[in-house]
Amino acid sequence: MAVQKPEELSKIDYKPPKTSWMDTPAELRKDMFCWGNKEKSLKTVGFPNARAWSVADEDWKLPENWKEIFLEGLKERLSKYRSFQLFMDICVRCGACADKCHFFIGGGDPKNMPVLRAELLRSIYRNYFTTSGKMLGKVAGARELTYNVLKELWYYAYQCTECRRCSLFCPYGIDTAEVTILVRELLNLLGLNIEWIAGPVANCWRTGNHMGLLPHTLRDTVDSFQADLETITGVKVDYSFNRKGAEILFVNPSGEFFDPVGNITFMGYMLLFHEIGLDVTLSTYVSEGGNFGFFTSNEMAKRLHSKVYAEAKRLKVKWIIGGECGHMWRVWHQYHNTWYGPVDFLKEPVSPITGTKFENAKSNKIVHICEFTADLIKHGKIKLDPSRNDNYKVTLHDSCNVSRGMGMLEEPRDIIKSVCNNFYEMPPNTIRENTFCCGSGSGLNASENMELRMRGGLPRANAVNYVRDKFGVNTLANICQIDRAALQALMNYWAPDVVVRGVHELVGNALVLKGEKERTTDLRGEPLPGKEAK
Amino acid sequence: MSFGLSLWLSFFAVAVLVLVALFGVEAAHLNYLFGVIIPYAAFAIFIVGIIYRFLKWAARPVPFRIPTTAGQGKSLPWIKQNKIDNPSTALGAFVRMIFEVLLFRSLFRNTRTELRGPILSYASAKWLWIAALAFHYSFLIILIRHLRLFIEPVPFLVKTVEKLDSFFQIHLLGAPLLYITNVALLAAVTYLLLRRVVIPTLRYISLPADYFPLFLILSIGITGALMRYFYKVNVVGIKELAMGLINFSPKIPEGIGVLFYIHLFLVSTLFAYFPFSKLTHMVGVFLSPTRNLANNNRAVRHVNPWNYPVKVHTYEEYEDEFREFMKDAGIPVEKE
Amino acid sequence: MGLENLLTHKRSTILKKWSDVVIETYPPETAAFLKRQKDRFANPVGSVVFQGLEDIFGELLQGIDYERVSAFLDNIIRIRAVQDFSPSHAIAFIFLLKKVIREELKKEIKENGLSKELLALESRIDELALLAFDIFMQCREKIYELKAMELNNQTYSLLKKAKLIIDLEEQESCPNGDNTKNL
Repeated sequence: MAVQKPEELSKIDYKPPKTSWMDTPAELRKDMFCWGNKEKSLKTVGFPNARAWSVADEDWKLPENWKEIFLEGLKERLSKYRSFQLFMDICVRCGACADKCHFFIGGGDPKNMPVLRAELLRSIYRNYFTTSGKMLGKVAGARELTYNVLKELWYYAYQCTECRRCSLFCPYGIDTAEVTILVRELLNLLGLNIEWIAGPVANCWRTGNHMGLLPHTLRDTVDSFQADLETITGVKVDYSFNRKGAEILFVNPSGEFFDPVGNITFMGYMLLFHEIGLDVTLSTYVSEGGNFGFFTSNEMAKRLHSKVYAEAKRLKVKWIIGGECGHMWRVWHQYHNTWYGPVDFLKEPVSPITGTKFENAKSNKIVHICEFTADLIKHGKIKLDPSRNDNYKVTLHDSCNVSRGMGMLEEPRDIIKSVCNNFYEMPPNTIRENTFCCGSGSGLNASENMELRMRGGLPRANAVNYVRDKFGVNTLANICQIDRAALQALMNYWAPDVVVRGVHELVGNALVLKGEKERTTDLRGEPLPGKEAK
Repeated sequence: MSFGLSLWLSFFAVAVLVLVALFGVEAAHLNYLFGVIIPYAAFAIFIVGIIYRFLKWAARPVPFRIPTTAGQGKSLPWIKQNKIDNPSTALGAFVRMIFEVLLFRSLFRNTRTELRGPILSYASAKWLWIAALAFHYSFLIILIRHLRLFIEPVPFLVKTVEKLDSFFQIHLLGAPLLYITNVALLAAVTYLLLRRVVIPTLRYISLPADYFPLFLILSIGITGALMRYFYKVNVVGIKELAMGLINFSPKIPEGIGVLFYIHLFLVSTLFAYFPFSKLTHMVGVFLSPTRNLANNNRAVRHVNPWNYPVKVHTYEEYEDEFREFMKDAGIPVEKE
Repeated sequence: MGLENLLTHKRSTILKKWSDVVIETYPPETAAFLKRQKDRFANPVGSVVFQGLEDIFGELLQGIDYERVSAFLDNIIRIRAVQDFSPSHAIAFIFLLKKVIREELKKEIKENGLSKELLALESRIDELALLAFDIFMQCREKIYELKAMELNNQTYSLLKKAKLIIDLEEQESCPNGDNTKNL
């Protein structure tokens, strides 16, 4: 920060200049943006304009004809997406979305109002693609695409978590996520990504997962889970990688192999699969379900996700179960079938334990682990001891993508209510379809933008605080790996004492295994209720 | 463009329109131009423009099935689906659209909160929904009422609407019966305009393209009301003109009064402006992929017409790179 | 009438003015939203600020309990520490109270000769400001701590992973509750 003179410092009734947003250039603030992508990350996947660059530099090392590339790209996408063309044309700026964005609510930057975030691009669209914009310019709300405008687009495209909360309130269903997705595509034509997305994409391309975990590392990781589980339960849980002929392929976000909170969720899956004797295999080649390609371009998303079906075909499995992840499920629920289908080499999913047909997944043959588990519980196929979770007073954070891009609201609740005795809902305007984002979604869960994450997560944390104070809630359950990683930092800042846990961690705790020893600790190695050291 | 400039520019644009009609008719006596040619042209632009717009949008493919889901989706048999807010069938999506288009359901969400709190906060959110409903329905009813000018004998529907619209039987100082929709339209437009001026957030996001149609519709409403309640115009003459227009044998009756020409010119402007503006949301809303699609892509595959093959890092390439690691870790491989 | 009575008497006016000037430190578009939306979940910033100022003012009147007032200050400052404020602007809201009181009670203070009491009150406000400064620093430190923690965990996991490529070392689980990066 520049040194301020005393008289400036004392000028505390500071107000920003009253210029219109078009005339207020964006100031790219550190702590708000993520580092730009590395050269090698783009090279790995063959993306254009791979070079070393830095956001803080004046010169972003763009190709000479960057403007042309951007506008051509815009034109192409307008013709390929009805959604995009419509959303450029029909917004009436009624302001219903303005105060629905967590970044605006928590941070107060007017350009984070969804309507304005989209206007950043609409103004360019009008200038180059509408008659009125060409003729009337600013009067028609049009503006030139300049270097600074491009930077502004980049800055705000990476301050949107594509959570779709605004689209819920829009009378025409305008979806800012759709706009952000396509703006990011356009920016990627110029080599403008962030490393927190580009790096994982490159890793996932080559090694099958975002973290870059190699096959033997994955094996060792799951081996260590196996050992931990044996210590805790006395039962040796079996698992396999790349096993041909298994009935089911299980795909989960690789963060669960890496992040300690995610680890425990994964251990929950392992216990469950073992207990019901599910014929399931993991794959090292698709050791990732979460798809950061989706935060890059629809093509990149497809390039990464197609591997899942290819692997299912190679291993000759019958169908697929997917783990707890947010945007992975948006992709699987709304995109994957369209990209890759028809999936006629797999069978319509039927639970081998209960015989339930998953009618809602009969075409793409992929079932959510929560749907699968909720069905097991409903049919009484697993024995549960919810009192093992009695130390936890639980609330559920609905993941944005699962809520507003899929509509899976009851399944995780059904599960939690069966495996925990203490469940409390946050206020209604902060859950289910109204859920507030963790503030770190869509690839924004880096560390360098911690300030952005803390503001963006404020509305969520505020609701958690409410149930913490009112009911003594100490556990924030969720079904998303980005949540598990990002929410813990958020809680540490806004709501200390609240611990973040995956739903299947709670399942793993409550699940009574055949032949298990008397458990004294939960899956994290913490004493169970009544088993504390005297 | 600053707020003040946007606002005044729009205001003056409408003022200029009024003056153009005033001088055009009063001074230049261009009654035929303003009474026949411009209305015909405006209506033609409206029809062609709207069809063009619709076709342009409809020609764009819908590559992905991306409904915004606003309730429990179709899942296991014992889990209750919210069939309106998260439809799994085309019929469900149709019902959702009905709610959206007729009742502005998404806008209504603004108010949906079960929390106790100061009443004002909820009311202020609800006002937008109420004003929007009042505005759009008043406009529709007023349009229907205007059909009496174009059809002889006046249809039963129009008469019924008129009767209902003047249900309260209020006479303004001896003027004809007061239409509820006249009041509602003017009040709603005034509200919609004021909130853009008064609320800083709205002021910040508003463009001339937001103020202009509001001023335009406001002046249409005012000129219409003036004609009905205060300055008597020659209704018989107006009907003659309207019937002439509709039967393609236009003629200009005498003594209609300049106020009518101003009203007609403003309406013509609105019609001609419509297809080029945000007002096309009236058509666009029907095509919005986040609302008009069923949320069932796992059960019924949606086809993307421009789907194309992409380069994928194949399993073979993967195994070739990591085969030794895999073998060491006891993970099965294709080629030993 | 003593100063404290006056303050109690004019409590709502002073609070209103104080919160107005505090809210005005935000951009006008945002300020409007913060004032208008009364739902504490739809508008956490506004509701925390209003509640916080009221609580702090209450403390000033009843005598300051440092533990309690720290919590009140924390609520507001924790938010301002992650918004676009310089440190001085972030805690300036405390000093704004002085200005508001002086303006609001100018006449009464003069008439009743309360300048001594006013001075005493103002030094209490100054104490709050010092406290606020500490809290602001704690919040900022927390942010850097979170950053450092994430980066450390990441590096740790990556190193571990790198080693695993060579010697298949037994994996240790990370300390509980720590937040490693995951994707």
